[in-house]
This record gives sequence, structure tokens and C-alpha cells, in this order.
Amino acid sequence: MGLEISATQYLQQIKNGSTSVEEYVAKTLERIKKVEKKVHAFISVNENALTQAKQVDKKLKAKEKVGSCFGMPISIKDNICTKGMKTTCASKMLEDFVAPYDATVVSRLKSQDSIIIGKVNLDEFAMGSTTEFSYFGPTKNPWNTGYVPGGSSGGSGVSVSALECLASLGSDTGGSVRSPASFCSVVGLKPTYGLVSRYGLVSFANSIEQIGPLARTVEDVAFILNIISGRDSHDNTTLDNGNPDYTKDLDAGISGKKIGIISEMIGDGVDKDVAAATNRAISKLQRLGAECIPVSIDSAVHSVAAYYTIASAEASSNLARYDNVRYGFNFDLEGYEFNAYISKTRSSFGPEVTRRMLLGAFVLSAGYYGKYYLKAQKVRSMIKSQLDEAFKKVDLLVAPTMPILPFKIGEKIDDPLTLYLLDINTIIANLAGIPAISVPYELAHGLPIGIQFFANAMQEKLLLQAAYALHKTTNLPEVPI
Amino acid sequence: LTKIGLEIHCQLTKLESKLFCSCKADYRGFEPNANICPVCIGLPGSLPILNQNAVEKAAMISIALGCKVPQKIGFFRKNYFYPDLPKSFQITQYNAYGPTSIGYDGKVPIEDKEIRIRRIQLEEDPGRLIYEGSSEKTQVTLVDYNRAGTPLVEIVTEPDFETPKQVRLFLNILADLVENLGVSDPSLEGALRVDGNVSIDKGNRVEIKNVGSFRDIEKALHFEITRQQSLAERNIPIPAETRHWDEARKITVSARSKEEEQDYRYFPEADIPTILIDKTVIERLGRNMPESIISKKERYIKKYGIPLQVAEVLSSDKFYSDLFEQANNEKNAKEIANLITTDLKGFADTKEQREQLKLTPKHLTDLADAIMNNKITRNSGKIALQEIVKTGKPLSEIISSLDLGHVDDQSSLSKVIDDVFVEEQKAVAEAKNDPDTINYLVGKVMKKTKGKADPSLTLDLIKKRLDAQ
Repeated sequence: MGLEISATQYLQQIKNGSTSVEEYVAKTLERIKKVEKKVHAFISVNENALTQAKQVDKKLKAKEKVGSCFGMPISIKDNICTKGMKTTCASKMLEDFVAPYDATVVSRLKSQDSIIIGKVNLDEFAMGSTTEFSYFGPTKNPWNTGYVPGGSSGGSGVSVSALECLASLGSDTGGSVRSPASFCSVVGLKPTYGLVSRYGLVSFANSIEQIGPLARTVEDVAFILNIISGRDSHDNTTLDNGNPDYTKDLDAGISGKKIGIISEMIGDGVDKDVAAATNRAISKLQRLGAECIPVSIDSAVHSVAAYYTIASAEASSNLARYDNVRYGFNFDLEGYEFNAYISKTRSSFGPEVTRRMLLGAFVLSAGYYGKYYLKAQKVRSMIKSQLDEAFKKVDLLVAPTMPILPFKIGEKIDDPLTLYLLDINTIIANLAGIPAISVPYELAHGLPIGIQFFANAMQEKLLLQAAYALHKTTNLPEVPI
Repeated sequence: LTKIGLEIHCQLTKLESKLFCSCKADYRGFEPNANICPVCIGLPGSLPILNQNAVEKAAMISIALGCKVPQKIGFFRKNYFYPDLPKSFQITQYNAYGPTSIGYDGKVPIEDKEIRIRRIQLEEDPGRLIYEGSSEKTQVTLVDYNRAGTPLVEIVTEPDFETPKQVRLFLNILADLVENLGVSDPSLEGALRVDGNVSIDKGNRVEIKNVGSFRDIEKALHFEITRQQSLAERNIPIPAETRHWDEARKITVSARSKEEEQDYRYFPEADIPTILIDKTVIERLGRNMPESIISKKERYIKKYGIPLQVAEVLSSDKFYSDLFEQANNEKNAKEIANLITTDLKGFADTKEQREQLKLTPKHLTDLADAIMNNKITRNSGKIALQEIVKTGKPLSEIISSLDLGHVDDQSSLSKVIDDVFVEEQKAVAEAKNDPDTINYLVGKVMKKTKGKADPSLTLDLIKKRLDAQ
């Protein structure tokens, strides 16, 4: 038995006894040991994973009730709180922070007998698109370790892609789940805002971000979504979804469905390989019986500006609490006056976080609020209403997830604007609160290309069915690491 | 022309839990940092969960102060650094982009004018700083987050007050009102805190903060008005600034100038979705609203014929008005109102006195009836009341044990008058021509009977005796 199986296949093998949890987890840990030097997906690995695996096996043997994950090893982005394990947000600021509680998504996974195999790398506080802005160093793309894995949930994408776990939880503020899913050739879902509890997700831009699963198949993603979604008494923004089974009727097909191709996302600025792959995917969808028509969401051209205004504004407030007084990193406060101490410790933030907090404080300041923040919110409502209109005409929207192929580490790190523009195809889903999914579709020059679907709010089922239909037609090579 | 506006912070101490978590709303009596959780100390990843009861209580205050309650309310973040603020922002409400605070545009009548309420907002209290020594010279500042997240209602008035006395009247009404509504106990330390804004002759506005006690606000305002007037007289400009009340020296001292005022970068708090307040909820709260002090006062005057000043005292204190409502049977209402506002006052003014009070409404009913039926005099009634307050014994027992029974039989009274006439011959001689001296004689009789003599009968008998001489 190899590690390359899907989470769904893992469940079958555990249930039919062809492998044990201990065996699979031990192999996973070996794999982590072997590939981490090359990809650096993990910030910390769970030392008790093997013990926990044995406990699940013991329960299985004793025919006790076992949760639906059956010891499945899952990695968690390191901005999601895990009791007893560090949650660093890839920042010096939280280098030693151990949350006294589990995020709701983590406690739900644990209650289903999953094993948190480790905490994975990200851009500091999830601010970035390449996982290069981590205090602990960059994560590398397993398809070519000289290349970026996307981000900010780069550790999540890589840990799934490099067979270091069966699934991962990332967070998606402007595309942070879908970007690494696309660059690492895995499936990544950003759910409807409010479908998954954010309790325990360290806030960056709390009005737009969502926790989302990454896995090797659409079915696996649907399986994880079943566990983590739904109302949570610890998060006022969660919605009641009626707890449907998202894995049911995944193979319903897309025959007769109307799919809108977002014109603004396949034209100028899109890499020719990506555009060609997208066009082939559209033809494929048509052959599967879908009707594909061009749809214009012209406000999307302003989405990047609106997003960086709103997200930075929220970040400037959300990250203002980090002063290293109550928790944080090792730093002697003896001899400092309060304000001097704060400015000293707060200089520990990395460059991207500092940039966004300054930007965010500026756009909220007296005299500029109307000019920037309010205007950005207006763009946001415009995008929302244009998408509402579009979903009256079509069932789904489609576009390439990333406008370009993965690029070399360090290539764009000094060019924030170019990096921000990488989010051009993903941001509308966050600003409008709608769900979107990235499906691995092709490789070009050995580098992955993902196709993205959008659906209207709470239409995850439809979204997953379309993604499943397209993913089933692909035949991608194994990861070369 | 003096203009005073107020910003009042009222903790909703009667709530079970804090505004955004399940820690206790009343943090008093805990060891430092023992009434805290990840939410109220703002740990990474924690989220606020709005206490719906707090919204309802704040709506009650808004309705009672004549405010409009919007159909949609929302929360904002007020961003600033301070060690007592664990998230570095306070979740509050803000009306700059349309009225979304729990109340706005209210009015409260006091004396012969109306105080307009600009807005009422629901927000969280920060923690507390404890300094070793004075706050200026301290080397050590300790932070206690037990208070962080306590539900707080901020009431902002328009600058409609012209005198510190009006401020005191308003604050009395407010303190009684929040107690009356069952939302707060204003007697708890820090439960009701007041900042004032003062300007004279359309001059700059000076903010007075840090007024520790409720009573000091009147003194602080007096001081500030006098300070500004004396500056104005000498043509010295009054800068717009914030001044702190120095309790020890009874003066205000400059704290910071308005130019240094912070930019709080208000923006919407997305973790708490907009709350829709149904009209039916407002109607229900309105229906179940305890009677306002003003309508109570008017009812006392109209229904029972109680004089204005007595009605004012009675209606503005829930403890006294409750006692009154329970004890009176309409016929004796005036007498009971009198007993409470003149005789009981002084024995039941503080919280401690009230807790130890042995008096029941029945005591008051019995006492009023006894006075009205001439069983005891008002004077004896006062003595009996003092005894009841201490012992709680039934009135009849007290009357007999203290020998307070009314002396209203002519023969025993005549004997006393005989004695007085012998002892006070000079006065008796004068009394024939001077009615004032008659009162002196009545007083002597009252003294001899320890106040038990019927005053009108005594007067009658003395007059008859003088005429007969």
C-alpha cells in the first residue's frame, strides 16, 4: 500500500482491514522526515501522532465506536488554533504561542478521530500568495522545488501534494486555499462565508476569510466539509446549512447546467499556457453536457484594489493586539516603558505584515476613510450585485484559478503589486462571500494548472458536483518527489 | 451662558454574563484575572458572541430615555492602544454613517426644561489598571482583565444643561431609572461613571474626565465653570482640552490638548452581524416598561393629592416609592407619603441601612392608620417608627411598651394643664393678651406628656382655662 491514495480510499482500506492506522501514520511520518528538507511544508509535527494512531487501532480492534475519520492524518495551517500545540501564524510575534483551546474545526476533526499530523507553513498571518513571507522560511513546490507553491496556505497545498497527509485545512482570505491548490495540483475549496466556523482561526481579514479543505480529490474535500461545516455557537457569523451530506450525489454530472465563463479572467494578463488549458477545460465541460456562455463581471477589475484596502484595514485592527505582553515570544520587558516596549516588540512583524498594517491604518484614518475604505466597500457591493445578476442567468462560473504558472522562489518577492495582482481571479469569491473551488487540470512545463468554479452562496453541492465531473476526466502524473 | 453636556457610562450589572462571552458581568469580588476567558482577553482566534440580553436591556434604557431604537443595530471597532484594552480595540457603536446605535434622539424632562439625548450605545468595558503609588510616578502597573468585556451603555447628552444642579437632578433621575428598570445597580463602585463637557459663552469645549464619584461631578463642574469664568474675565483664552478631576485637591487639571486627540479609525465589526430589532420587541419592551419617575410623580399628585415636593422625593427613589405603593390604601396615602419622606428619611437612605431595615409595608399602614384615628400623635408616631426600624416589632406592642398612647381624655389632660399653670404663672399672665404665649403653654403640656397630648384638645382646654380666669 502506498501513501498516494485518496482520503476516501484510506477509509475503505482501514475499514476492510488491509491497512492499520498505525501503519499508515508511521509511513506518513517517515515520508515527512524524508521530504521536509526539500519542501518545508511543516512548522511543527505532532509528536504524539503514532500514539494517537495506536489508540484508534485499539478502538477498532475492540469494536468500539470510531469517528468517521478513522485516524486520518490531517495537517492544519498554523494560523488555526490547536490546544497544546504551537500556533505561530509563521510569525516571530507568536513564535511561542500555544492556544489554550482548539479551533472549532479542529475539535470537530478530533471528535471524528482524525489525527492532527502537524501544523503547516504559511505567509506570516496568511498575508501573501507564495508562502515566501514566513518567519520560518519559504515552502517549496514539490513539482519543482525551485518554485513557489502558492499561498498563503502553501504548507497545506504542499503537505497534501507531497503525500505528507491525506487532507489539510487552510484559510482563504483572497485565494489562499485555491492558489496553493492550483500551484500544487490538489483540490482546494473556499466555502461560503459563514459555512465554516472561524472560531480559532487567527483573524487577518475577518469579514472575508474562511477556513477551507485541501485534498487530493473532490470527494475528499466534500468529506472534510461534512465534518467542519455548520452553525457554531462560538462564531456569530456561522450559518445553518441543515448539515447535508456533501459527498452524496457528487457524480450527478453537469449535463444541462449553464456555466458562465468570466471574460475578464481569461483575457489580458493570463499566461498563454493557462489560457489554453482553460479553453480545453471549457470544451471538456461542453462535452459533458454543460452550456458554456461568456459572462462579464466588469467590476472584477477593481477587486484587487478593493480587497487590499478592506483586508489591510481589518488586518491593521486584528493585529493590533500583538504586543508580546500576555503571550508571544521570549523577550525581556524589564526596563521598557509601555509604549517603548510595544514599538520595540511590534517591529518583529515581517515586511508584508508591516506593509499591510500601515496601509490599513492609513485607509481607515480620519479624512481618508471615505476616499478609500468606503469606496472599497462600494466596489465590494458592486461585485456582489453583479455576481447575483450573473447567477440568475447561469448555475456556475468558471475561470482559471491563477492567471500564471508557478514561478521561481524569490522572483517576485520585491514586487508587492505584481504579487497582489496574482489574486485577480480568486478575490471576487471572498469579497462576495460565495464558494469557489480549484481543481487540478493540466501541467505545463511540469507545473500545475488549476481550474476554478464559483457558485452562488450556499451552493456547495452544485459546486462540488461540477468540480467532480471535471476532475474525473483528468489523468495527471504522480508528484515527482 | 454655560453649556454642559454629559457622557455617562452605565454598566449593566444585572446581566448574568459579559457582553461577548460567558464570564460574569459583575466582576466584583474575584481575585485579579480570575473572571476571564480567551474571548474577553482577546486571545488569537477568539471571536465575540453577542449577549442578546444586553441588547434588550440597552433597548429598555433607550426607550425609557425617550430615544428612537433603530430597526438595525451594528457594532464598530474603536482602535487605540492602552494596556487595559486586550484587543487594542473596543467593540462599541458609532453613528457617523447612519444611526445604528441602540438609541438616538431622545429627551428627558427635568424641572422646566428638556435634556436631549444624542445617542445611547452598547459597548464593552476595558480592564482595569492598578498602579503601585500614583499613576504619574509608578514603576509598576498591574492589569486586571476581570472587568474587560463587561456590558456598558454609554449615554451621550446634548449640551443642554445650564447648571451643575440640573446635572445632579438628571443623574438622580438616571440612577433611579436604571435601578427601576432592573438593568443596573448604580450603588456599586464604578457602575455609573460620568464625564462632562463644559463651555461658557460659546467658547471652547473642555472635557472633564476621571470624576471618581457620582457626587463629585457637581463639584467638578462648579469648579470648571468658575475657572473658565475667571479666565474669561481676564481675557485669557480657554483652550479646548481634556481635564482630569483631582479628587484630593478638588480641582480640574489639564490632561491633554484636543490637538493630540486620537484618531480611533472606527470601522464596522464584522464578527457581529447586523442585528435586526423587530418592532414587536420594541413594543413588548415598551409595554412592560416600569412606570417612569415623571408619570409616577404626576400620578401621586393627581390620585392622592400629595404635594409636589413630597411626590418628587417619593417618586424619584424606587425603594421609597415601592414602600409607598405597598403600604397605602388610598385613604392613608398622604399620611404614608409624609411618614416616608419626613420621618423614615435618614433611617433608610443608604444601602446598608436598607439592608438592615426591619420595617414592613404593614408597619407603615398601621402607623398611618393609628395617627389618622388619633390613637397616637404624629410626634409619637415618629418615635414608634424609629423603634420599628430597629426592632421590627408590631406597632401595638411598641405603643404599649413605650407608653405612646394618645392622651385625649379631658380629665388627665386638665391635670397636666393645672400643673403647667402653676409652674408658668408669668406666661399665663402674658397669654391673656398674647396668642404666641398660648403656643408656649401648649408646648409645655406636650413636653410633660412626652408628645402624647392631643394638640388641638390641649389648645382648646388652655384657651377655656384662660377665658375662665
